[in-house]
Amino acid sequence: MGFSRYVEVGRVVLINHGPDAGKLATVIDIVDQNKCLVEGPEEITGVKRQVIPYKRIALTDLKVAIQRNARAKTLKAAWKEGKTLDQWEGSNWAKKLDSKKKRANLSDFDRFKVMVAKKQKSRIIALKIKEMKA
Amino acid sequence: FFFFFSIKKIIKMVGVRVLGITGPKKAAKAAPSTGKSARYYPADDVSRPKHSRAKKHNAPKIRATFTPGTVCILLAGRFRGKRVVCLKALDSGLLLVTGPYKINGVPLRRVNQAYAIGTSTKIDVSKVDVSKIDDSYFARVATESADGEEGFFANDAAKPAVVSDQRKADQKKVDAAILKAVDAAPLMKNYLGSKFSLKKHDRPHKLVF
Repeated sequence: MGFSRYVEVGRVVLINHGPDAGKLATVIDIVDQNKCLVEGPEEITGVKRQVIPYKRIALTDLKVAIQRNARAKTLKAAWKEGKTLDQWEGSNWAKKLDSKKKRANLSDFDRFKVMVAKKQKSRIIALKIKEMKA
Repeated sequence: FFFFFSIKKIIKMVGVRVLGITGPKKAAKAAPSTGKSARYYPADDVSRPKHSRAKKHNAPKIRATFTPGTVCILLAGRFRGKRVVCLKALDSGLLLVTGPYKINGVPLRRVNQAYAIGTSTKIDVSKVDVSKIDDSYFARVATESADGEEGFFANDAAKPAVVSDQRKADQKKVDAAILKAVDAAPLMKNYLGSKFSLKKHDRPHKLVF
């Protein structure tokens, strides 16, 4: 029962708190046992190069092949080559975050439509169960 | 002479600051905008109009979410919880609203915008003509009250609500155009027929309408 996701140069992280909350970033360098240096890359995810404490971030499965203190240009190239953004968006984590956001922004009419759809779905299931019991 | 007029008033009438003038530049500055002291002033006092206390009636402030065609949720009153269509804002600041009557039983009615939530759902009501309906349309009809003891007690008995034929006709006309738009949108009719209520996990401050 060891750890599988490590804080290392190139680890892609999700920022949970602070002004950049909800955005992805890559670990570029490690400052000490509490904080590390991260960058977006800024052009892809919007996170500027900054020192951020581990308490604010969550490690993802993704890694990017870069060297310590890689410059913004190299970092961006590495993201493009590894298709990191697409990998992230295909992950279940990202999909769950997205659906949470969608649910929070439903309008009153949308919530009504969801209710109707749920009722229709459970009706189909109930009829099927009835059929199978008979 | 100085009894009736204070020095200030004299100076005001003359239009030039007598005190503190020390040179030609200052005199020019101190004088009124004409650039020279007033040559003429009326011999008698000129009465100035008093500051009017009449209340100004400005255009009412309508919340931006209430545009014609918006679906609103009524929060209080007889029809609380019902989803209705907002038609326009009246001069008194109240919103003119209709069910439509066939869908949820709400007639052409005035509603205070403080007791309504404007949702982001909109229906096309451009074909609806409500220009003739204003606040005077909803004024109370003067009922004949009987005088004397009989009439006094008769007033206590519940009188059946009488809806004038004009109101019924207007309701039909307005709703006809709205129903067309409602039928065009899927599930809109069911939506307007249903009531809004807070469910278990709803957080009103986080709900997006």
